[in-house]
Amino acid sequence: MIQIQHLVKNYGVSCAVDDISLSIGEGEIVGFLGPNGAGKSTTMNILTGYLSSTSGRVSVAGIDVLDDPLNAKRQIGYLPEQPPLYLDMTVDEYLRFNYELKGCKLSREAHIREVCEVVRIGDVRGRVIKNLSKGYRQRVGIAGALIGSPKVIIFDEPTVGLDPKQIIEIRNLIRSLGKDHTVILSTHILQEVQAVCDRIIIINKGRIVADEKTENITRVIENNRRFNAKICGPQNQILSTLKDMQGIVYAEALADRDGDATTYMIESAPSVDIRKKLFFTLAERGWALIGLEALGLSLEDIFITVVNKSEETTPTRYTRRAKAKPRNALEARVAEGLLADADKKREEISALDFNEDEE
Amino acid sequence: MFAIYKKELRSFFITPIGYIYTGAFLGLAALICCYTTLLSTSYDTTSYFTVMMFAMGILIPLLTMRLFAEEKKLRTEQLLLTAPVTITGMVMGKFLAALTVFGGSLLTSCINFIPIYAVANAERAGQSYEYYHIGPVTGQLIGNLVGLLLIGAAFIALGTFISALTENQLAAAVITISIIALMLGLGLINSLIDVYWIRAVLSWISIYSRFGNFQNGLFDFAAILYYASICFIFVFLTIRVYEKRRWN
Repeated sequence: MIQIQHLVKNYGVSCAVDDISLSIGEGEIVGFLGPNGAGKSTTMNILTGYLSSTSGRVSVAGIDVLDDPLNAKRQIGYLPEQPPLYLDMTVDEYLRFNYELKGCKLSREAHIREVCEVVRIGDVRGRVIKNLSKGYRQRVGIAGALIGSPKVIIFDEPTVGLDPKQIIEIRNLIRSLGKDHTVILSTHILQEVQAVCDRIIIINKGRIVADEKTENITRVIENNRRFNAKICGPQNQILSTLKDMQGIVYAEALADRDGDATTYMIESAPSVDIRKKLFFTLAERGWALIGLEALGLSLEDIFITVVNKSEETTPTRYTRRAKAKPRNALEARVAEGLLADADKKREEISALDFNEDEE
Repeated sequence: MFAIYKKELRSFFITPIGYIYTGAFLGLAALICCYTTLLSTSYDTTSYFTVMMFAMGILIPLLTMRLFAEEKKLRTEQLLLTAPVTITGMVMGKFLAALTVFGGSLLTSCINFIPIYAVANAERAGQSYEYYHIGPVTGQLIGNLVGLLLIGAAFIALGTFISALTENQLAAAVITISIIALMLGLGLINSLIDVYWIRAVLSWISIYSRFGNFQNGLFDFAAILYYASICFIFVFLTIRVYEKRRWN
């Protein structure tokens, strides 16, 4: 549905998008994730034809954005970060204007009514947009993007500034849109991506640093391999025993003490449940295990690590930044895996382009 | 383009600015007409149209100041630029909407001539036969109106361009007024200069001096072309402003 090849966008001397290649299939809900200023909005603005790229090709539904901008724009519904609402118009007037602007061919009243039902603004259609609350305005913006039922819908941070109930409603709405449309969503709220998207693309400093199915990332997160164990006994011996134990790849004594008990952070090898073995080993030696707590792996940590890793490996163009802090070992490894995956994909896509050129 | 034209036209009249403009235009036109013809017992409308031209210099920026500046401020231009509409279509839609409001108000202001014709009719009725023409010359009126419409179009194109350059409506209005004042002032300065070639150049580029033939009821093709070129240049520049923003 969407093909981006070697997209580059420079603003003067600074580089906002640096050689992004990706391909999005029909009916996918894709989340663009990245810190502020990573190039998410710029990429979306290029997709929608608001900005033009410095180099690279973008095509929507097989139509090149530069060759046939009008037809490409017809395939896209776009909700920018700040919904482009004419505050003096009523909701109905605004939607009618959108309808005419897009040169829509569907039957007007029926189509507008349908869109209003989908985003549930039927009860405010006669009101002036100026007087609507932020949540309703956002929904009117979404309704505007849906007019003409475009194949691709792009949302730039759609839930910013909404209350939790509205956020959940908008997320459900976006999920339901994914059935008939290809949806691209940019956000820096990680739960949102996890809740809504099929695929997560992490962008930092204008480059794709990770591109993974959400379920894969979720599986990694749920695969619990880290524990905090509270054990009574001599610290040095316990630590060396733990380190020697089969199935444990990492052990560390934490500063947290409770009487003669010390807390140890233990990380097991992949797909090994060491809890029973740990209990019996310690019992043999007469060291009491008085607490065992599983530690989760959060998407936040992975995200931060991915971003930091990418910052270490890709030199910042034209700007200097503070050196990234080292993170925990496990996140680092997961993040490395993601980065390696992304590199592989990037190479694959580059290889594909080559073939096309030869033909 | 038609969608944007319609939207602009409507938004003139859901905001107060459309009413302020038409009210001010019609009020001023009536007042000026009253002073220059009826009160000074003259059928000569030349000074009416000349004063109107200067009044337009202040009134037309009211129409054009919001065209692009407001869209930019409210970020609604993103909607227009991502919609399947060309930039040319967008600029033309807005330009034509402002031109329509101006043309409409200019046409409506023609009711000011009714009393003049009525007075002329009454005076003619008292004469047993005509020595000379009594009343306003209709050809001159039409020529003047066409001339004003063309000058108005040129001012609107200029205002559209200035509006596309800034986010601030007030700044757009003030800058447009000052440039129009400069363009009109050129014609006034002209008469104070003795050097022939400077006069020739100034009168060639002056908006005011080109108006002269219209005032005599002549359709000066060169002048029509001149005003049309001003429109074209500023509309073209506005389009370039938006093109450039995409490519910066």
